[in-house]
Amino acid sequence: MSHKIIVPIGPYHPLQEEPEFFQLYVEGEKVVDIDIIIGYNHRGIEKLSESKHFDQVPFLVERICGICSSSHPYAYVLAVENILGGEFNIVPEKSLFIRTIIDELQRIHSHLLWLGLVGHFIGYNTVWMWAWKFREPVLDMFEMVTGNRNNYAMFKVGGVRRDIKDDDIPQIKKMLDELLPGIDLFHGAIMDDPIIKMRLKDVGRLTRQQAIEWAVVGPTARASGVNIDIRRDEPYGSSDRLDWKVIIEKDGDIFCKTVVRILELYESISLIRQCLDKMPKSGIIDADIKDIPVGEGIGRVEAPRGECFHYIVSDGTNRPLRHKIRSPSFMNVASDKVAAVGGTISDATLTLAAVDPCYCCTERVAVINKSDNSKIMNGWDLIKLSQDKTLKLKESYYGRSK
Amino acid sequence: MKTIFYLLIFPGFLFSLTVGLLAGWLDRKLTARLQWRVGPPWYQNFMDILKLLGKETIVPEGSKLVFLLSPYLGLASVVLVTASLGRSIISPLDSFSGDLIVFLYLLIIPAIAVIIGASSSRNPLASVGASREMKLILAYELPLILCVIAVVLKCKGALQIGQVIQYQLLYGSIAFSLSGALAFIVAIFCIQAKLGIGLFDIAEADQEIMGGTLIEYSGLPLAIFKLTKAVMLYVLPVFIIVLFLGRDLTPIFIIAKYLMLLLIIILIKNTNPRLRIDQALKFFWRIPTVLAGIAVILASFGL
Repeated sequence: MSHKIIVPIGPYHPLQEEPEFFQLYVEGEKVVDIDIIIGYNHRGIEKLSESKHFDQVPFLVERICGICSSSHPYAYVLAVENILGGEFNIVPEKSLFIRTIIDELQRIHSHLLWLGLVGHFIGYNTVWMWAWKFREPVLDMFEMVTGNRNNYAMFKVGGVRRDIKDDDIPQIKKMLDELLPGIDLFHGAIMDDPIIKMRLKDVGRLTRQQAIEWAVVGPTARASGVNIDIRRDEPYGSSDRLDWKVIIEKDGDIFCKTVVRILELYESISLIRQCLDKMPKSGIIDADIKDIPVGEGIGRVEAPRGECFHYIVSDGTNRPLRHKIRSPSFMNVASDKVAAVGGTISDATLTLAAVDPCYCCTERVAVINKSDNSKIMNGWDLIKLSQDKTLKLKESYYGRSK
Repeated sequence: MKTIFYLLIFPGFLFSLTVGLLAGWLDRKLTARLQWRVGPPWYQNFMDILKLLGKETIVPEGSKLVFLLSPYLGLASVVLVTASLGRSIISPLDSFSGDLIVFLYLLIIPAIAVIIGASSSRNPLASVGASREMKLILAYELPLILCVIAVVLKCKGALQIGQVIQYQLLYGSIAFSLSGALAFIVAIFCIQAKLGIGLFDIAEADQEIMGGTLIEYSGLPLAIFKLTKAVMLYVLPVFIIVLFLGRDLTPIFIIAKYLMLLLIIILIKNTNPRLRIDQALKFFWRIPTVLAGIAVILASFGL
């Protein structure tokens, strides 16, 4: 006997900050299948980027997502610097440290935001409000360092746009210190509270094998015991010169995902502290790059949600010929297909949120039939399309470079 | 004429409504302060209700009459309880025999009204909410009835609120005996489930099923449901106070006890996440039901 009904989560739902559509097929409370339908938030960033010159693109890509608004520009400048000969070869010493500081500050604020949201989703609004209260000083730090609470406008090809003043460093260190008691509080609460444990333990489990099969990235993968972290695997900024460790948990349930993120907060704070100590007191922060040569480059950054990937093709003009973005949520959201099935609706909604989905990052393409608003392309069509495009691109790129 | 006054003004509809909405404000304000927010002004809940009254009522396809009438069913039954319970507090001799049983029945009706209304709206989320509400009733009703049985046994078989009050006047509050204390603690959890807040905000669960049972309601019917909730927030703690802390029922003591109970409920609400429905069932059947059973046994030995 099967009484499948469809419970819609989205496109507009209190669970999500952004429009996205999950169809839960449920029998009673049990979720037996799930459909993930994306494409509500497509803004054509890649196309826009191809019409802007290299120095404008960071401002565009940091608006892809308000939460990881340093990961995208960072990955982009890494991609361009890849064409130029690598970040370590052209970017001044001091800029490398400043870049890592911004990247890690962003991780702290993103993880705290996620922690609050998980509190909200399990109906624990006190955690929500408190986590976001502790997140406020991080935004203040951003404002002090970059001038903005969000969309920091810090990254540029060949360096950073603003220096961290020596006078500010003691204040930043003090604010980092003040952050610790709050994080300790959450660490204790998550580890000790039996009811939080009841809600999070053994829920939305993604085994190591599944994590590898569904190619998840970032904390979602690390919670399942997959040992990946771009900061260590392909160092950028100053991450290879600092002392830190990659946090790995085994079980892959939401509890582990929470623990991974909380422990990463400690690592990030320690990383920023080391950066502030080791950063050269003076020096240029910008390599003053004028021309981008012909070539293609890849930039990979460990965003708070996982690997953020940017691919740039330059044809020697002042604009990218092709700009391809793959954000971590695109990989992680798909894993809900295995993680959310089998639990109750309460668990499923929590699982959907536990990968820290960022849909405005995810949306890259939507092909819609105008007459009845149906999607006219399936996965294979898209692959075919992209292969055609790569072929065309190759012709024009090698044609011109010859 | 007098009966209508009791029912509609004091201690019935208007009075309980005012107290309930003010208690709701206290809940919101304290919650806000605990969460580093400012919180609304004291008249916020009244304004919310007023605003809802002016909104359009959208009725989904389905059994429209049932959908529109079920809110009134819930409100009417709790108002009946407030009037009758209030009368019993003012003059214990006025209560009728067996009113305890009637109260227990009437206090389930709001939940049943919610189920009926939600089911008639034909919304999948509402039906999930309705099934959760139903399971929740199954979970908390048994321990609550056991608690009341413990009180009844303690009072030598009195099924009348007036007699329970008089027993406590003579021999002290029931909550200060062993069985009474157990039953009192269980009852505090049961009324939270009945109110559907904090740990047991399962049937509405905003972040999961978007308000669940109430999802299709708007305008006046929604306001009626909100009023029912407000009146419940008044009548359930008072019911517990009368049963367990009924020694001194002068207004000042009743207010103090009511505020204390409210504070406990608000604190529990703000320091715990929501349970899953299966966890709520397990919780109620494993701990409160057993505790209430023990209380009944103890009470039958007069402890």
